[in-house]
Amino acid sequence: MQFMLLFSRQGKLRLQKWYVPLSDKERKKISRDLVQTILARKPKMCSFLEWRDLKIVYKRYASLYFCCAVEDQDNELITLEIIHRYVELLDKYFGSVCELDIIFNFEKAYFILDEFLLGGRPRRRPRRMC
Amino acid sequence: MSDVVEKTLTALPSLLSLDSQSGKLSSSSKLGNLIRGITELTSKHDEEKLIQRELVSIKEQVSSPNTSMRQMKELMVRAIYCEMLGYEASFSYIHAIKLAQQGTALDKRVGYLAVSLFLNESDELLLLLVNTVLKDLQSTNLIEVCMALTVVGQIFPKDMIPAVLPLVEEKLTHPKEIIRRKAVLALYKFYLIAPNQVQHIHSKFRKALCDKDPGVMSASLHIYFEMVKEKPEGYKDLTGSFVTILKQVVGGKLPIDFNYHSVPAPWLQIQLLRILSLLGKNDRSMSELMYEVLDESLRRAEMNHNITYAILFECVKTIYTIHPKAELLEKAAKCIGNFVLSPKINLKYLGLKALTYVVQQDANLALQHQMTIIECLDHSDLIIKRETLELLFRITNSQNVKVIVEKLLEFLRQSKDDYITIDLGGKMQPDIPNSFLRLLSEGFDSVEENRQLRLLAVESYLSLLQDRPAKLSQRFLQVISWVLGEYSHLKEGLEPVTVLRLLAPLLDLRQSSTETKSWALTAMTKLCDGPACVSVAQELADRHGGSLDTVLRQRLHELQHLAAHPELRTRVLPRNVGLEPLEVDSSLSFLDGFVSEALAAGAAPYKPPHQRQEELAQEKALSVEPYGLSLPLSMSNCSVAERPYPTALSTSSGLSGNSTELSHKGGSGALKLEGVKRVWGKEGYLTQTEAAVPMEEMAQVEADREKQQLASSLFVGLGSLSSTGLCLMGKAEPTPHRFRRRAKGQGSSSGTSERSSPDSGSVPPHVDSAPHLPLDLPANNGAQEDLGEDMSASLIETNGMAVVDPDTYIDLHDPDHVHLISSLPGELSALPRSEITPLCSHASLALSACHVQTDRSALLVVFVANTSDSAARRFVLRMTSGDLEYSLIPSRPSVHMELAGVASYQLPDGEPQSTQFSYTLSLTDFIRPLTVSTEEYGRLWLAFSNDTKQNLRLLSEGPDPLRDTLGLLRDKLQVHIVDIIASEGIVACQLLQGQPCLMHCRVNAGCLAVWLRSSLPELPDCLLYHCQRALAEH
Repeated sequence: MQFMLLFSRQGKLRLQKWYVPLSDKERKKISRDLVQTILARKPKMCSFLEWRDLKIVYKRYASLYFCCAVEDQDNELITLEIIHRYVELLDKYFGSVCELDIIFNFEKAYFILDEFLLGGRPRRRPRRMC
Repeated sequence: MSDVVEKTLTALPSLLSLDSQSGKLSSSSKLGNLIRGITELTSKHDEEKLIQRELVSIKEQVSSPNTSMRQMKELMVRAIYCEMLGYEASFSYIHAIKLAQQGTALDKRVGYLAVSLFLNESDELLLLLVNTVLKDLQSTNLIEVCMALTVVGQIFPKDMIPAVLPLVEEKLTHPKEIIRRKAVLALYKFYLIAPNQVQHIHSKFRKALCDKDPGVMSASLHIYFEMVKEKPEGYKDLTGSFVTILKQVVGGKLPIDFNYHSVPAPWLQIQLLRILSLLGKNDRSMSELMYEVLDESLRRAEMNHNITYAILFECVKTIYTIHPKAELLEKAAKCIGNFVLSPKINLKYLGLKALTYVVQQDANLALQHQMTIIECLDHSDLIIKRETLELLFRITNSQNVKVIVEKLLEFLRQSKDDYITIDLGGKMQPDIPNSFLRLLSEGFDSVEENRQLRLLAVESYLSLLQDRPAKLSQRFLQVISWVLGEYSHLKEGLEPVTVLRLLAPLLDLRQSSTETKSWALTAMTKLCDGPACVSVAQELADRHGGSLDTVLRQRLHELQHLAAHPELRTRVLPRNVGLEPLEVDSSLSFLDGFVSEALAAGAAPYKPPHQRQEELAQEKALSVEPYGLSLPLSMSNCSVAERPYPTALSTSSGLSGNSTELSHKGGSGALKLEGVKRVWGKEGYLTQTEAAVPMEEMAQVEADREKQQLASSLFVGLGSLSSTGLCLMGKAEPTPHRFRRRAKGQGSSSGTSERSSPDSGSVPPHVDSAPHLPLDLPANNGAQEDLGEDMSASLIETNGMAVVDPDTYIDLHDPDHVHLISSLPGELSALPRSEITPLCSHASLALSACHVQTDRSALLVVFVANTSDSAARRFVLRMTSGDLEYSLIPSRPSVHMELAGVASYQLPDGEPQSTQFSYTLSLTDFIRPLTVSTEEYGRLWLAFSNDTKQNLRLLSEGPDPLRDTLGLLRDKLQVHIVDIIASEGIVACQLLQGQPCLMHCRVNAGCLAVWLRSSLPELPDCLLYHCQRALAEH
């Protein structure tokens, strides 16, 4: 995985995790572009996108969009499940998670993500948070 | 101690949850205030002000010595938030590192988090973190170790890896599985950023793979995936283990908490499938190990949840990547069908994606789903459309190219995404300039239409040049130059000097390449007529005469000279000569007098560039010059006498360059017409749309019919494609083999790697039916006949028949084939040939065959013997082959080529009899050395795009392994060793009649790393196979 972004329907970034070294400027440009593209898509459309040479996999949960960028040969469906798994974990931790939980406790959302994905690779369910 | 650890672990979640509760209700927290403050604002400007204020206050507090770590944590969280909103808080970076260093438990963790979010991998501040990490790795607190390993796995300075590596390695044997797992993942990170740093601990990876905890094992698979990807042949021995692991996972042997939505460890399954596909690629024996478990995976994955689809998709990909097995392919194809037909859009997309993978192997699969594909073509989601077009692009053939290109263009008009446009455009583009030039120069039947088209081109190009030539692509500018130079005289009232003045700015454009400039100058030279032009030429010469580029200077010189001498110009550059191939005296014999005079006057004899380079290299003893770089010679062959087309545009122009090799090419100025698809029609480039957009009011029936039509035009030719091109699926139907006898001396174009295009126009009509060789066989007699081009003189040729020399007599009761050998024609007996193998024997007829390799061809010699006492009459031999065409020339390379035939004959007293036989030729029978110089090699190398890389065995017995290995390959495969420099060698060979294959070998860690390139996509792989065989047999 190259990076993961969480943003709201208003296009506000809620979480960003980069697994590839990029300059600040590039990061900003990428997230701006992607947020715009994804928000413009209709709900019934495909969850996958081709963007530059990357595959973008995104899914909307309530008011929050989860978006991952993977390489072309990666499995899109499993990426979708990674997103889903992450949401499940957040849900378990916060107890019926909502956007506000993530806004106010974003550092914990980061911790959970770090336990779940290390170096952009998923691990099995984390039982303990440390 | 472990008690303490356990306590900490159990205490932590409650600590966290307490904190989170306060977070949830955090009306009083500062972060909460900040967030609320932001949401209440209405303008971006206000937000900016608020954040700036916030940052100032954070800055004040972090630098205050009284701030506790707890407060520091809070500040860091706010700084992270500001950064996320896009405001820089670089002042806090150093404090993040300090927090990680001095904080405890959660505070420390926030410090590490802030570091990993703030800093880039290359940031120098990271060096300050190394000591903290080292300390934490040695901590007795499990949580601190965990945190350190997490941060190491995310972000760590490459140069400092050796410092922490021993500690991380040590953690591989830690009693806690979570630590072991994190350690493995940290090593994975190290492998990604600096593979050579962890090379020595490969044995530890194996240990991790065998870890009793499945989590640690699955973490190690990430490393294995990367390593196998890098070098599959090094890990073949693990295939069995991976298969066993997958079997256990699929069989549900893992603990239940590895299940995800009741599917056992899906991530692990997918990772294993990906590794297996790498290991089984092009390897039959490895693939055979996997068939069973793949079948099992397909069967177990019931269609009910996204996660099972994900596994299925990976499974299908693996099945199509490894050595094929018909049964599995069938199941996989069914699976793809389910994807494509699914109403869920995500699955449909993946189905299309899978189709693009497999369609080249099995075009029938696309045929089956053609109606769905057509529907997807008009899908409202651009991504689906895009993937469909990708699919169509892969099935493009000469019959459907027009419709497909039309669809592509339609899409491009809608699409606003530049990246996609460039990507798709690039796929379509390569042929366009060539085809267009060909259309312009060859023209149609009607003279008037030709004139109009050329005029139109001239007019539109003139207006383009007047506008803004800087934004046009180089190739287009070259085309424009050529067209204007050639045809601008068609426009009445257009003064040549006007065109000259339009072309002249091209020389000033900064981005113009030398090539483009040369084209512009050549065009000007053609046009230069009248005193006004002479003055322009003079101007140009003054301005650019000092250019450092010799080619450009030469052109300018020519322009100036020819402008001044109109009669000479009309002789050198005659107008309207059409396309007659120019007679080029490539030996430059007309210069002989001049040369001998010069030599007599004491000039040094000419040395070709490669010789010069060699001598230079010898002087310096060591050449560090890579042979890929060639001198700017690309235009030098276009001597004044030629009217060059843009050679760089032609797809096969790799060789055009050095004037010394012109002799082989019969005038490189001619267009390369072969291999160029004709996409320009009489009516222009796809202006008339047949498959119109369906009207809204059109009845459904009508729409359906239209789709059918579209389908038939899109998928035309696919059926036959699958039957001729795919022996893989066991469906190859032999098509009648066309033989053609060529007049003597015509096939003399070999010796270079290029197909001789000039004589392609004068190819004699082929005999489309199979060759018949009717003849009567004398009783109890042996005879031989040849099929092949350039028949030896002793054989009498008449109309495609070979007549047997009845004097050859063989006693066939003697099974020994020695006698057969003696009956080979004398000219052939000295040439290398295969063993004589019996083809078949039937009643009273015995057939055997061998093949002989000559320099320019492969000959098949069929021995026909009549073992009966009476004379057989009406003997007919038919041969068919799917892989070979025109005599024995492979239509496309493959590892082995099959030749099948039927022999029928009649004995005087019996019924007509017939018998079937087949004969296999190997690719090596068609490989011939290609003699090129190092420099030509370099140029060819750059011209080819189809390549394969592999490590081969090195013969290590001798003192010079590289030379030995290459020598063996030369002897066995008939390749030509171009050059050997230190530990690298370059080798060249060609397929009969043309297509070259280049091989670059380098000795690397006891292996021979070879890199093959060719103009044909299949050739490198096939040749590699034979190289491997040759080395394995040694």
